[in-house]
Amino acid sequence: MSDIVFDRISKLFPRGGSQFAALADVSLKIPDKQFLAIVGPSGCGKTTLLRMAAGLESPSSGSVQVGGRPVNGPGADRAVVFQQFALFPWKTVRENIAFGLKCKGVPRAKRDQVALDYLELMGMVGTQDNYPHQLSGGMQQRVAIARSYAIEPEVLLMDEPFGSLDAQTRTLMQEELIRISRVNPRTVLFITHGVEEAIYLADRVVVLTGSPGRIREIIDVKSIRESEGWDRLVSEDALEMPEFSHLRARIWRLLRQEMQAAPRSTDGKFN
Amino acid sequence: MEAILTGARPNRVELALFSLAGTVIFFGLWQILAMSGLVSKFVLPSPAEVILAGLRMTVEPFAGDTMQGHVLASLTRWGMGFGLAAGIGVPLGLAMGYWRVLDAIVSPMFEGYRYIAPLAWVPFAALWFGTGVGGPVMVIFTGAFAPCVINAYRGAQSVERHLTEAAWTLGAGGVRVMMEVLLPGALPSVVSGLRVGAGLGWQSLIGAELIVVSSGIGYVLVQGQSNLAPEIVISAMLAVGFTGLLIDVALRFAESRIRMRWGQTT
Repeated sequence: MSDIVFDRISKLFPRGGSQFAALADVSLKIPDKQFLAIVGPSGCGKTTLLRMAAGLESPSSGSVQVGGRPVNGPGADRAVVFQQFALFPWKTVRENIAFGLKCKGVPRAKRDQVALDYLELMGMVGTQDNYPHQLSGGMQQRVAIARSYAIEPEVLLMDEPFGSLDAQTRTLMQEELIRISRVNPRTVLFITHGVEEAIYLADRVVVLTGSPGRIREIIDVKSIRESEGWDRLVSEDALEMPEFSHLRARIWRLLRQEMQAAPRSTDGKFN
Repeated sequence: MEAILTGARPNRVELALFSLAGTVIFFGLWQILAMSGLVSKFVLPSPAEVILAGLRMTVEPFAGDTMQGHVLASLTRWGMGFGLAAGIGVPLGLAMGYWRVLDAIVSPMFEGYRYIAPLAWVPFAALWFGTGVGGPVMVIFTGAFAPCVINAYRGAQSVERHLTEAAWTLGAGGVRVMMEVLLPGALPSVVSGLRVGAGLGWQSLIGAELIVVSSGIGYVLVQGQSNLAPEIVISAMLAVGFTGLLIDVALRFAESRIRMRWGQTT
C-alpha cells in the first residue's frame, strides 16, 4: 500500500513582514496506484503540495502521510521528477539513472544493468555514456524519469515535468509516460498547467482555487475515459472524443473563474 | 606598433613581442645603471652578476645548501602547509555552504581570522610549533586557508538547489551530497580558490623563512643580506618569483582543464 494522504494542510510563507497563505485546509487522498493530476492558477500552491509530499517543505498545519507513514523529510520511497530535470551535469546518463541505487548500496554491476534496462524501456539504448548536455530536452527528461523509476519508489511526484518541453516533444512524452506507467504502475502525483495533459494522463484531476489554494473540484476522469473508450488512444484521437472536450471545457471554466477571482490573493494575507 | 596609436586590439604575437620588449628594456636599463657607476656595486649589482651568482649557487652551497636544495626545502614546507589548508579548508567550506548552522557557528571566528596577515602568525607559530617544520607550515596554512574555504563555500552555494534536492529525494545522505553533488558542482570555484591559496601560501612562506628557519629561500635572503652580498639576495628573490610563477602556471593549467570539462556541462 502506498497511498498519499494530505490531512487538513495549510501553508503560510513569510512575505514582506506579513504572512502569505499558499494553501488553506487541503485534504486529499490519492489511493495506491492512482494517477492524480493537480491543475490550478499560477501561485495556487500546487508545487508546494508536491514538495510537502516529497519532504522538501513542511506544512504549517496538518500532516502528510505516504504509505501510512508521516512524511518528515525527503526519502527514496518518494521520487521526484523536477521541471528543470535536475540531472547531475557531471554524471553520465548511466550514472544519473543509477545514482539512487548507489545510495542504496546496490553493487555496480547490478545498478548498471538496471540503468540499461530503463534506457531500453525509454528507447534510449546507446546514450548511456553521454552527459546530459549532449541530449535534447525530451531525452534529458526521459533520463530523469528513468532515474526516478530505477529506485522503485512507492510514489512518483512529478512537478510540471513536461513544462519546459516543446509542444511536440511534450505530446510524445505524455504517451511515453502512459506506456511506462502501464508497465510499472505507481501512485503518481502530477502537477501541471496543462488541462489537456491532466485529462489525458490522470485517473483523477483536482482543480485548486487561486491563492490560498483550496480544493475546488475533484473530477473522476478514469471512469469517463473508460466508458467512452479513449484510454488506449493517442492524444490527437483522444482530443476528438466528445467527453474529452466536455471535460476540457468544464475544467477551463473552473480555472477561468479562479483566475478572474484574482483579487482573492490579497485575502490570503494574514496580518 | 599601430596598435598603440589606433587603440585596436593587438594580436597574440604582438602582445608577446611587447612583453619581451618590456623585459628586455627593464633588464637593459638595470644593466646600464649598474655599469654606469652611478650606484655602488654593493647596493645594486648588475643583472649579469645576479644571474651568475644564482648559477654559481646551483653548484656551490651557500648558507648550508645549494640553490635547488633551498628551493626544494621551501617547496616541501609549502606543500605541507598548502596541502593541510586545502585538505581542511575545502571540506569545511563545502560543509559551511551546505549546513547553515555550521556556517553560523564558524563564520565569526573565520571572519576575524581572515584579516590577520599571515606574517602576524609568525611569532605565535614559532612559539607553538617551533622553528623547524611546524612553525613555517602553520604560517603557510594561515595564508592559504582563507581562499580555500571561501571559494569552496561560494561554490557550494552556487550549486543549483534542485540538484541537492534531487539527490536527497533519491536517498543520498549528507556526506554523499557533499562528495557527489556539492564538490563536483563547486569544483571550478574550488580550483580557483586553491590557486589563490597556493599563491598566498607561497608568499607567506618566504615571510616565515625570513624569521624562523635555517634553510629555504627566505633564509638565503637573510644570509645574503648579512654577508653583504646583494647579488645573492636578488638571485634568491628571482628564484622566489620564478618558483611562484611555476606553481601558478601549473594550477592555471589544471583550472582551465577543469573549466573546459565542466563549463560545457552546466
